[in-house]
Amino acid sequence: MTVLKEIPEKWFPVVLPLQRKKQKGLDGGKSKKGRGEEERRVRANDREYNEKYQYASNCIMTSKYNIITFLPVNLFEQFQEVANTYFLFLLILQLIPQISSLSWFTTIVPLALVLIITAVKDATDDYFRHKSDNQVNNRQSQVLIRGSLQHEKWMNVRVGDIIKLENNQFVAADLLLLSSTEPHGLCYIETAELDGETNMKVRQSVSVTSELGDPNNLFSFNGEVVCEPPNNKLDRFCGTLYWRDKKYTLTNQNMLLRGCVLRNTEACYGLVIFAGPDTKLMQNSGRTKFKRTSIDRLMNTLVLWIFGFLVCMGLILAVGDAVWEREVGSLFQSYLPWDPPVNNFLFNAFLSFWSYVIILNTVVPISLYVSVEVIRLGHSYFINWDQQMFCSQCNTAAEARTTTLNEELGQVEYIFSDKTGTLTQNIMSFNKCSINGQTYGEVTDPLGPQPKRLDFTPFNPLADLDFCFYDDTLLESVKVGDSHTHKFFRLLSLCHTVMSEEKSEGELVYKAQSPDEGALVTAARNFGFVFRSRTPGTITTTEMGRPVTYTLLAILDFNNIRKRMSVIVRSPEGRIRLYCKGADTVLLERLHPCNQELMNITSDHLNEYAADGLRTLALAYRDLSEDEWEAWSESHRCADKASDCREDRVAAAYEQIEQDMMLLGATAIEDKLQEGVPETIAVLSLANIKIWVLTGDKQETAVNIGYSCKMLTDDMTEVFIINGHTVQSVRQELRRARERMIELSPTREGGKESGMEGWGEAYFSGNGLRGGQEGDRTERGGGGGGGGKPPQCPPPPPPPPSPPSNLMDNVSGEFALIVNGHSLAHALEADMETEFVSTACACKAVICCRVTPLQKAQVVELIKTHKKAVTLAIGDGANDVSMIKSAHIGVGISGQEGIQAVLSSDYSFSQFRFLQRLLLVHGRWSYLRMCRFLCYFFYKNFAFTMVHFWFGFFCGFSAQTVYDQYFITLYNIVYTSLPVLAMGIFDQDVPDHRSLEYPKLYEPGQLNLLFNKKEFFICITQGIYTSVVLFFVPYAVLSDATQSNGVPLADYQTFAVTTATALVIVVSVQIALDTGFWTVINHVFVWGSVGLYFSIMLALHSQSLFRIFPNQFHFVGSAQSTLLQPVVWLTIALATAICIVPVLAFRFLKLDLKPQLSDTVRYTQLVRQKKRKPAGRSVGSAWRGVGSVAEGRLGARGGSRRSGYAFAHQEGFGELITSGKNMRLSSQALANFASRHSSSWIDTLRRKKHNHTHTPPSASGECSPAPSCVSGSLPPLSNSSSVLGGSQETPIEEETVPARDVQPVPAVSTKTHPAAALGPESAAPPGPAQAPSSSVLGSSAVRCHGGDSPGGWTLSLGSVQEALFGWKGFAARSGASNSQGLPPVAKETSHIE
Amino acid sequence: MVKEEEESPNRPDNTAFTQQRLPAWQPMLSAGIVIPGFVVIGLVFIGIGVALFVTSRSITVLEIDYTGVDKDSPCFKCSDPDIKNCPCTVDFTIDTLFEGPLFLYYGLSNYFQNYRKYSASKDLTQLSGDLANFKAPSDDCYPYDYSAQKPIVPCGSIANSMFNDTFKLFHMVKGTKNPVALDGKGIAWWTDYNVKFRNPSVNPLKDAFNGTTKPPFWPKPAYELDPTDPANNGFINQDFLVWMRAAALPNFRKLYRRISEGEYEKGLPAGNYSLEIAYNYPVLKFEGRKKVVFSNVSWMGGKNEFLGIAYLVIGSLCVVMSIVMLIVYAKFKFPEED
Repeated sequence: MTVLKEIPEKWFPVVLPLQRKKQKGLDGGKSKKGRGEEERRVRANDREYNEKYQYASNCIMTSKYNIITFLPVNLFEQFQEVANTYFLFLLILQLIPQISSLSWFTTIVPLALVLIITAVKDATDDYFRHKSDNQVNNRQSQVLIRGSLQHEKWMNVRVGDIIKLENNQFVAADLLLLSSTEPHGLCYIETAELDGETNMKVRQSVSVTSELGDPNNLFSFNGEVVCEPPNNKLDRFCGTLYWRDKKYTLTNQNMLLRGCVLRNTEACYGLVIFAGPDTKLMQNSGRTKFKRTSIDRLMNTLVLWIFGFLVCMGLILAVGDAVWEREVGSLFQSYLPWDPPVNNFLFNAFLSFWSYVIILNTVVPISLYVSVEVIRLGHSYFINWDQQMFCSQCNTAAEARTTTLNEELGQVEYIFSDKTGTLTQNIMSFNKCSINGQTYGEVTDPLGPQPKRLDFTPFNPLADLDFCFYDDTLLESVKVGDSHTHKFFRLLSLCHTVMSEEKSEGELVYKAQSPDEGALVTAARNFGFVFRSRTPGTITTTEMGRPVTYTLLAILDFNNIRKRMSVIVRSPEGRIRLYCKGADTVLLERLHPCNQELMNITSDHLNEYAADGLRTLALAYRDLSEDEWEAWSESHRCADKASDCREDRVAAAYEQIEQDMMLLGATAIEDKLQEGVPETIAVLSLANIKIWVLTGDKQETAVNIGYSCKMLTDDMTEVFIINGHTVQSVRQELRRARERMIELSPTREGGKESGMEGWGEAYFSGNGLRGGQEGDRTERGGGGGGGGKPPQCPPPPPPPPSPPSNLMDNVSGEFALIVNGHSLAHALEADMETEFVSTACACKAVICCRVTPLQKAQVVELIKTHKKAVTLAIGDGANDVSMIKSAHIGVGISGQEGIQAVLSSDYSFSQFRFLQRLLLVHGRWSYLRMCRFLCYFFYKNFAFTMVHFWFGFFCGFSAQTVYDQYFITLYNIVYTSLPVLAMGIFDQDVPDHRSLEYPKLYEPGQLNLLFNKKEFFICITQGIYTSVVLFFVPYAVLSDATQSNGVPLADYQTFAVTTATALVIVVSVQIALDTGFWTVINHVFVWGSVGLYFSIMLALHSQSLFRIFPNQFHFVGSAQSTLLQPVVWLTIALATAICIVPVLAFRFLKLDLKPQLSDTVRYTQLVRQKKRKPAGRSVGSAWRGVGSVAEGRLGARGGSRRSGYAFAHQEGFGELITSGKNMRLSSQALANFASRHSSSWIDTLRRKKHNHTHTPPSASGECSPAPSCVSGSLPPLSNSSSVLGGSQETPIEEETVPARDVQPVPAVSTKTHPAAALGPESAAPPGPAQAPSSSVLGSSAVRCHGGDSPGGWTLSLGSVQEALFGWKGFAARSGASNSQGLPPVAKETSHIE
Repeated sequence: MVKEEEESPNRPDNTAFTQQRLPAWQPMLSAGIVIPGFVVIGLVFIGIGVALFVTSRSITVLEIDYTGVDKDSPCFKCSDPDIKNCPCTVDFTIDTLFEGPLFLYYGLSNYFQNYRKYSASKDLTQLSGDLANFKAPSDDCYPYDYSAQKPIVPCGSIANSMFNDTFKLFHMVKGTKNPVALDGKGIAWWTDYNVKFRNPSVNPLKDAFNGTTKPPFWPKPAYELDPTDPANNGFINQDFLVWMRAAALPNFRKLYRRISEGEYEKGLPAGNYSLEIAYNYPVLKFEGRKKVVFSNVSWMGGKNEFLGIAYLVIGSLCVVMSIVMLIVYAKFKFPEED
């Protein structure tokens, strides 16, 4: 039971949580009994002692095979595949002479081919794993051996070794930090590879060992660590160090885990506790679950069905055989004797059954699986090769890491996205500011020239060159010495917790807790207020070139409730001033009343900034008199020393001084979205893909990003926030949300306003940041709602019992749901799951905040199980790994620092925006190709095999084959494989840019329309029909036919050749019909296959081969003799016509009566090519279309304010700074400093310092919990830095459009399809083409479709065009058919180009 | 851009292939192609169908069933399988000239030459003259590989069951029987005669068969199949070759003789004819039928009504279909053309 308790609550890679739990539990139990590792004992510097326990070495092995084991293991694995075993079984059957109706090689050749291809692929994969293992194992590390540092490979590091790490090195194993070059044994690590958090974390050694500075001391260190056995909990470690008869508790704070990188620390020493496979990193990288696509599963089902069908056919024929043998065969025995063991018809029938199983086995196509793999591999390469998914900044191309999932990319319905690093770049830039009522910042005029980036260097030698700012009025204002501006930047240079490092003069590096704080300090630096360095009690800056040192009196640290931070400093002149920055909501309340006017102006500015999606902060200061300071400092000291309710008292003390402040202004920081994120999200949601953001960030940040990336818009009917802390409240909130949705959905426009007015508060009340927004929205709602009627809000009806979930399917409104972490935990409980899913899935956008990695995976699992939809998870950090692994498709953002996500992902690329190309282009194509491939593949095999079935009725059910055995062997692997492979790899129905323009084209994939059971039945019916034709036409023709020399044609060999030739021709014509995109390769393969068929047949029927193996090639001469007969050719032509003509007619009628959107798009494309219109125009206009929509929304958004306190950093850093723990100070300086200032924390510090320097460590024995105290006061190692976002949409579109999309178009249009050239002219509709105005024409067209076929496509087409490409659609249509002239809109488009 | 490409080795190649921009022909089933296409196909098929039909009509076929099922049939007396080499005569009349060259076929029905084990029951190596397989026939021939410990040559079911009725045709001219010359040369496939089947190069041929035995159903060994022509013996006997080319379907006919030389080269004139049959081959016990067929041929072979009719039907259907499609097209049109 103890084992079960140990199941990681939070942090193991969730593949299948429950199953894994059980498995883990069992494994754990076993390993405990087996290896007896209930605890781990490690003695430093004592290899002999540690070897007793046989701990794993630091050598990792992820590969599966070595040279010797490869063959048996790989074969064993391959024969675990049902299909392979099935063919092995068939092979064995064929070796039994009584039932062998086919030579053994008809099965073994394809089987061997399949096995070899798979084996080669496995071997290559494993080779690369070996390579990467070797690369990791051979990394160098410095190990302390016999008192000296020696270079060792990672693989040779043993448990108990002491190794030295240098700055920026990867940690080689799980280490216990012993000492570091930093004071107090502190060191900084970055855990991006482990948990995806890019901010730095602090680790501290146990105090006693931190004294062991140099190798000699460390060599004599012989402490023994007793700790828990290896496990996968990243945030927990529990152990004890025994040294010199003392016990020291070890926690996770003392550990450096493998995979981390040492930062900002010159060097440190660590004791290896866990090595290699025992490290937490490796323990966390569980076996990747083999993902199967839904097509895979469908295919397996179908193969089973086919197998059942095969058995049925066998049974029918066996019954037929029994009857025949009884009625005819028994009489015929003088010519056809029964085999001696056979003495009755029943046994004969039994044998016949197996014989037929053998010859009909080709309905379960052996080459199916291998062909599917080849096609997927091809698609993967296309993804890897795609230049448009190559990011030149990070120099990484997209990579399909799993090659077996491609077609599922075309079926995605849910995307789960991480935020930081995925949607955003995690880069903050100081974008705008408002100083004393004057706003500064870039004036974005998309049409005007690009504003010049300011050059700070002449003005300020210390400026950061990477800093971008465009508004030179601000610089002027600084230069002329505007006092407000100076105060503003002085505040920014003083009020923060950033650490600086100055390697050489002027070369400053800021180490900021959160990137936005770094951005503010950098901004101040560039504008002449350079933060140079700090000590626990001073801040040194260079103000306008003049060095100034401020005395830091206090840091009033940030926390989530206060949403602000302040510093109190004494200037060299002796003036005491409090500087405060914080969320406007909080800060504006605490201003001096005289600020009213300025506050109004600044407030307007804040609204503007927020509307642009920027993260805002208000800045204020307050002058304090010496008395005030003294008084406050006293009260603060009291509060700080209080033993009970210290927090509250300190907060109250802070509150007390942060009053009556003078407003300075506001800053606006842009949380840079990745390029093209809003567009991508817009396109994806037009493709009916639902996007959920699962982030560890705070709600405010997440919502902000939601708005800036257009997931949330102000046009949305309603945004629900689930914020409850208890099960009941969450349930109630969910229920109320659903009721609202149902209530709102029929009368959407009306409901919009009422939602804002009445119920709105109920949902927004818990969310302070949106308080100011509702008024705006109500106003706008009246104007934008179209109805213009003043909203009549009916009083909310008494809440009925939870609405039935089927109602939820009909909900049509733009809703969004925001769920907080603690609510999510409740929502994910078993009895609440369905409620949560039905609510969330009715929403267009869902944002989950404060989500743990485990919850991310749970959410994904939830949708997987409840919605049966294909899910995709995208993320960049290790905290996304669980979700990436559990989603159907995992996408990792590469090019960032962490690589964990990429390693566990199926696809990786460096920009979120590539997702649209991956899904809408590659995924769609893959799906389309795979479906077409499968349809054709089943068709061709049925057409091929079922001929035997019909022949059975004419050959006494003797399992005689219709074809030559070589034909049977080669049909699937040579004659028909390449054309269908070429189609499966290269086919395109519409060009790539078209599928981005018409995201609705993605829908067939989601609805699984192109290959499902119905389609399967259609294609096997077609196959069976073809087989009937292929058998009975030659039967009818040849039975009486003779050659012109009188020799009858009805001999078996002629019949076989005729049927086989007809089959090859029919299936080739069929593939020609199915192929929509005839590249050179398709031509070569299709013609080549037909040619190959004839050449191989002629060769196999040639005399020379017969002379060598007379017994094998008894078809000698048949080909020549048969193919010279005109009757044979007439037969083949007839059979082909009978097979193909109905298909052609059916397809044509379907195209006319019930066209798919893709047909329509393809048609317009071809027509346009034919008309030689510059294709770039339409593309450009399409993108303009997107742009205009986006602009429209931007315009409509007005002043909805979503500002929040932008600080992502954790509470407590202030204390770390003022305590001086992280400073390198001589004790002298510290003493001086301490003597001058005597605030409480200084005292504590001094005491500690004193203890450390003068008291021998052993003396502080009773203080052994000291390290844990210290670590307790360190910042909690929680979530990644949270950021607030802003966006910048319009210019991006304009820039990206020509670069991405215009380019491929001319290439396509250079070759004009002659058929298309002929088509539209002759087929041009007489009526609408002469319509006077294209807009009339367009609308009439839409109307007329609606009237003619009310089916889904017209609606969807219409809605796409209306929603996205409004007038572009008209332009395109008029371009296609109306040669009289372009409508004004089209002209405008071309002008823009 | 160009510079950038040079700088970054990771950038995928910008080729039409890797970027999936290969120039391609993108056919579309547009009305402009499909409807005229159907008309053309229909007309072509109708044309071929008419030609085939007319040609087929010009071919005459005369079939005579001589199994002797009916009591009044001339061969009824022979239908008892125990009677060997039973002669019977079938008389028939030709009203108009039966234009030559004529072919004489024997036809069997309900006879399963395509039965898997039957058609496999032969030893091609032996039949290609390999003496080693004379001594040890292949297992395929079972159960006709050995008879009384002696290897059977030619072995196997097919050879054993060779058709052995013989026919003679007489023209009754004023009460006298005028024999019609039957030509048995070159009735087998060229490759069968020249490549596939070879006698062992032993002279005389009889010696090659030493130590072997004839197939059980054969009255004479293989080297005595045609006493009239020593070159037409062994495995390259034309009748043997014809028999060995297994039929695809249970009702089949095989070429027996041509009437292509001598007096009747131009065909059989109107008159009475008498067909003398040496009735050997038992078929009644499995409800089979035997018949003789006289037929002439055209450029496209023998009479074949089905092909012509099928072409006509398909051709007409295509034309009808094209009209239907035209109507549908006119009514519904392809939506994006407006």
